[in-house]
Amino acid sequence: MTRLRLGGAVVPVFASLGFVFLLVPIAYTVLFSFNDAGKTNLVWRGFTLDAWRNPCGAPRVCAALVGSLQVGLVSTLVATALGALLAVGLARARFRGRGAVNLLVFLPMATPEVVLGAALLTQFLSLRLPLGFGTVVVAHVMFCLSFVVVAVKARVATLDPALEQAAADLYATPWQAFWKVTFPLLLPGIGAAALLAFSLSFDDFIVTNFTSGGFTTFPKFVYVSATRGIPPQANVISSAMFVLALLVVVVVHVVSRARRPR
Amino acid sequence: MAVRTGGVRGAALEIDAVTKRFGAFVAVDDLTLDVPSGAFFALLGPSGCGKTTTLRMVAGLERPSAGTVSLAGRDVTHAPAHRRPVNTVFQSYALFPHLTVLENVAFGLRRRRARDVRARALEALELVELVHLAHRRPSQLSGGQQQRVALARAVVNRPALLLLDEPLGALDLKLRRQMQLELKRIQAEVGITFVHVTHDQEEAMTMADTVAVMNHGRIEQLGAPADLYEHPRTAFVANFLGQSNLVAGTVVETLDAGTTLGVDVAGVRVRVPAARTVAAGPRVLVGVRPEKIRLLGGTEDAAGGDNVLGPGTVVDTSFAGVSTQYQVAVDGLGTFGVFAQNVGGATVHPPGSRVHLAWAAPFTFALDGHEEVAAGTVDLDDEP
Repeated sequence: MTRLRLGGAVVPVFASLGFVFLLVPIAYTVLFSFNDAGKTNLVWRGFTLDAWRNPCGAPRVCAALVGSLQVGLVSTLVATALGALLAVGLARARFRGRGAVNLLVFLPMATPEVVLGAALLTQFLSLRLPLGFGTVVVAHVMFCLSFVVVAVKARVATLDPALEQAAADLYATPWQAFWKVTFPLLLPGIGAAALLAFSLSFDDFIVTNFTSGGFTTFPKFVYVSATRGIPPQANVISSAMFVLALLVVVVVHVVSRARRPR
Repeated sequence: MAVRTGGVRGAALEIDAVTKRFGAFVAVDDLTLDVPSGAFFALLGPSGCGKTTTLRMVAGLERPSAGTVSLAGRDVTHAPAHRRPVNTVFQSYALFPHLTVLENVAFGLRRRRARDVRARALEALELVELVHLAHRRPSQLSGGQQQRVALARAVVNRPALLLLDEPLGALDLKLRRQMQLELKRIQAEVGITFVHVTHDQEEAMTMADTVAVMNHGRIEQLGAPADLYEHPRTAFVANFLGQSNLVAGTVVETLDAGTTLGVDVAGVRVRVPAARTVAAGPRVLVGVRPEKIRLLGGTEDAAGGDNVLGPGTVVDTSFAGVSTQYQVAVDGLGTFGVFAQNVGGATVHPPGSRVHLAWAAPFTFALDGHEEVAAGTVDLDDEP
């Protein structure tokens, strides 16, 4: 009996330790957004709402955030549109070189990011492209694309091909069949792929650092300021992003539960 | 309430010398077929016989490798699916899961920018008695209801031709029988030409007014169900459509001014009507349906003019309600199936009984002796 009870306790204990391990850094980030920081936000000096009242207070922190959001939105849009079309094509059409394309799409995911970043930088330099917003977007679209293709392709594989045939049988042109049947059914997959692409882009530091030149994104700002001391405003923005992401997850969950047929 | 067909009672379908190859595999082999307008036509055959491929070529979902498909006299061989006045009820129903039942039914009308879309869709749902579920999603319906939505979605467009691809395959037996009657009623009501693909011979016979039995991409025989059943012209048809007892024999004489053939079956003389004989030479397969055979116990005598084989031993007796089904091993000839209708008072022959088999000579048919006796019988590995 005792042994059994002990065994029953092991799993919750380990699970709790696991969660502590996962969540302590986040809790630390949130906590220090309320710190009355001096030059460095490393030791607790006392509670204040200063940073929350004035999140753009630190020099260039909001410019970096806006840069990240812009890059994230544009590259998500481009990568999702291209990736979704690519996924449908790869899953549905039969053409020469399909296997090769499948492999090529997978490659950027398997390549170390440092190598990708360095390679992209070399490429931009040899093309004499000025580094900045444009090159960052190109780089982000490139690595997000693979993830979008993989996510959407998984969704296409669950679609009964007879649905498109039924649409054609019911007088839908190939264009109408795509927009009236295939696309609405892929939409959840495309949405998930877009969220993934955005979070990958918003998060990215390595590739961005290679390809951005003077342009600053939020992760790059944090990295650069780490040498001088990260302002609490960075913690504020991080905490807000975290809460926002959590909200999105909760809302998506609630909506999908409400829409599920009883 | 009937769906108006605008005066057109369905269109005739002509399939002319159509062949479909997938790589080296010939799915449909030089098939020629005329379906008259307004017919309820069944393509019957085992899986892999090419019936579904034929249907898909008519729908425009496959292109023939050779030959032409014409609808109401118009060559549609190379018309894409969405430009053909043909609708299909798919085996998987293929209802659009993101649309309501009503919008599923309205889909074809909307694509053609028809008028009164809603009213006409509701009218079609009324035909299949599902108006009350118009605002549900397909996933909230039972299999039988989904099947009826698929039917309404096709019929509402008043196509010249309605194709049904094993439409009842996913339903359980009782529901299937009910839907068979329902489909017949709807076909009679809307007057559209129906082409029904199935591997279920009973389904084909009960529903269609013409059945084409397909095998290996070719049509073995075509005709009214009763005609196919009573006058099979190949061993495949004799075995696939119902059951048959086939035994090898040799034609040895002509009787009754050429209307009857005397056939020697393992030393016994059997009489076969010449009109029911399909033979190129003296070697024939003599056939008789199980329900035509009577079992004679030791003391009973056959009626004059009956064909009699035996003696044999009853090896299995299965009571099936409406009939008792026997397997009788006849010495030197193999096993015969016999169905004795349960009319009451008849003797039941338990396994081990010695019996003779007797049947009226006009029920005998004869096929070309070069054919495979077991062609078209169902293997246990085959799909049900």
